[in-house]
Amino acid sequence: MVDLIWLVPALPLAGFIVLIFAGRRIGEPGAGWLATGVMGGSFLATLGVFIDMAGRSTHDRRAVVTLFEWIPAGDLSVDIGFLVDPLSITMCLFITGVGALIHLYSVGYMHGDDGFARFFAYLNLFMFAMLMLVLGDSLLLTFLGWEGVGACSYLLISFWFTEPANATAGKKAFVTNRIGDWGFMVAMFATFFTFGSLNYVDVLDASTAGTVAQGTATLIAVMLLVGAVGKSAQFPLYLWLPDAMAGPTPVSALIHAATMVTSGVYLLTRMNPLIADSAGWVPDMVAWLGVGTALFAATIAMAQTDIKKVLAYSTVSQLGYMFLAVGSGAYVAAVFHMVTHAFFKALLFLGSGSVIHGMDGDQDMRHYGGLRRFMPVTTGTFVVGWLAIAGVPPFSGFWSKDEILTFAWNKSPVLWALGLLTAVLTAFYMTRLIALTFAGESRYAEQRTGEEDAEAATRRADHTPHESPRTMTAPLVVLAVLAVVAGFVQLPFSSSTRWLEHWLEPSLYANEVHLGTGGATQVLLAAIAVVGGLVGIGVAVAVYVKGRIAREPFEQPIFADAWRIDRSVAAFMGGPGRRGFEATNRFDGQVVDGAVYGVAGLVRRLAGVLRMFHNGMVRTYATGIGLGAVALLAWFLTRSTL
Amino acid sequence: MVVTTGWYLALGAALFSMGAVGLLVRRNPLVMFMCVELMLNAVNLTFVSLGAELGDLGGQLSVFFVLVVAAAEVVVGLAVIVAIMRRRSGATVDDLSVLGG
Repeated sequence: MVDLIWLVPALPLAGFIVLIFAGRRIGEPGAGWLATGVMGGSFLATLGVFIDMAGRSTHDRRAVVTLFEWIPAGDLSVDIGFLVDPLSITMCLFITGVGALIHLYSVGYMHGDDGFARFFAYLNLFMFAMLMLVLGDSLLLTFLGWEGVGACSYLLISFWFTEPANATAGKKAFVTNRIGDWGFMVAMFATFFTFGSLNYVDVLDASTAGTVAQGTATLIAVMLLVGAVGKSAQFPLYLWLPDAMAGPTPVSALIHAATMVTSGVYLLTRMNPLIADSAGWVPDMVAWLGVGTALFAATIAMAQTDIKKVLAYSTVSQLGYMFLAVGSGAYVAAVFHMVTHAFFKALLFLGSGSVIHGMDGDQDMRHYGGLRRFMPVTTGTFVVGWLAIAGVPPFSGFWSKDEILTFAWNKSPVLWALGLLTAVLTAFYMTRLIALTFAGESRYAEQRTGEEDAEAATRRADHTPHESPRTMTAPLVVLAVLAVVAGFVQLPFSSSTRWLEHWLEPSLYANEVHLGTGGATQVLLAAIAVVGGLVGIGVAVAVYVKGRIAREPFEQPIFADAWRIDRSVAAFMGGPGRRGFEATNRFDGQVVDGAVYGVAGLVRRLAGVLRMFHNGMVRTYATGIGLGAVALLAWFLTRSTL
Repeated sequence: MVVTTGWYLALGAALFSMGAVGLLVRRNPLVMFMCVELMLNAVNLTFVSLGAELGDLGGQLSVFFVLVVAAAEVVVGLAVIVAIMRRRSGATVDDLSVLGG
């Protein structure tokens, strides 16, 4: 079964090729069903490989399946091959599973769009790139997928490219990601320089054997971190993710919540022996960066009015948790949270898409209210997602978040306190979202502030919000079930219920930190986390449902403005940054190009002089030949020893 | 009076000089062409004379090569000259300096 792993990325690739050439002819809804079908096939193939792997012993759970040699270049030899181990299979399972569900959802969501077939072609291409990223057996193949998902992200963010704002958001995502890609590339060069190979198996085994100097490992780890920070939207490179919400909502769910943005966490988890070999401050930095981003993004999410912006900042915040876990040495917890987050955040995004669909494209939560009456399925599933992300037991988010917080406590109580504060804020802003959207009175037909047209509200009143079609609600229900049960793959009660940890063991090279925290402390920490979550929910209910507390203290203007960072960066880039670019442009034009043009001009002038001898007069040439012959003769005669 | 090899060499040198001077002073392409032929045949005469003097067949062999090259040259050269004359009758080689780079 393991040999069939190539089917997993090959199916989406085949779907992409068919759709890009014949998509228009297949049309709607055939193109969508085709794309969903190949993703379903891909998921089944992954499941087959998983069942095969699960039946093996721990030492046997790593296989490299090589298809063919891709780049033979001197010492560097890169194969198209797949590293099949518990980590990559775990990633593949939720990527193909959530991916197939989101494809199905998109059939309903993209109904009637002119670019229906194009959308699914891009979506399939994205899935191919994402699967190459996690399955590739070398850093270079991962990089191939890394750039592939970046390109697809660009294509899908600016999918409705006729709006200049969408096109700009796509460009912003692309350019910001380039900074991260630079880090990845430097890490790759350093890895090849050090190990003479880019294959994970060679690099990780050599690193585990302890043959790497600490300085080298630190350099590689830090550069990988730069790459991960770019892709996984951590501070300060998170700027592109909120803007990426310009894309269609299934794209936000698939790429900007469940899969692509987790690839930074995947990369750090994959390269865990190098982090273990690097200087002690590297994991500290990862942890502090993660918890800082988590708290920072959570404060912003508290004051957003666009439903997708709330979820976007929430994603940044949850990714911060995963970095906190990696930095605390809790790789299992990072992967665990990655999986549960994929389920509940995809669910929340798809739910928000359903709401937006029902509200005819309106994304402003101030216009929602009371939607529970119109959209029962969306409301029910959304509530499940809300309880999961808020950390209410026994929903999946509680287990994974608690695991991370326990390890954070193990590393430093300050990290734990900041993580807990983030959890309280998370519960708060998600409850706010639920309250504004589904609870209270309907506001869709109210007169809006700043609205000139008095008739507009009356016209809207005829358009009651509606529940979404089956193709959209079915994935919501499946994801809701997963968001409830996903936590049970890793229960902290005893060693034997930590199934995910045992399963992932071969990928972690015993670099998982051992908890020094006692059982009683763990229970206490979990209880505090639950109480914290409930406090967040309670305060939000008091503010947004009961109206007992004023909203203003919570919705600080500086939160709504994202701490003015986005604006400051834009101002800097527009002012001093732009002058800097212009200076480099001048340097390029005058110094670099000047050198090239200077050499060319010199040759040209010299040629002008030589050209005078080539005047076209045959007799001049003949004289030249004659004089030359005489000169040669004279030379030979004078040198002659006769 | 015995005609020695020296006489033949002198004749060859005289013919070569005439050809060379003719090539340099005349402007009619056809005449210049004949001058080149004259020079080639002066060299041929020298080859044959020295070959006979030294008893070496190599001299006469070289003449064959020169004759073959000269024949090929005549074919191409005359064709070029005829083509030029058709287009611009009475043209001198100096007029054809436009062909220069």
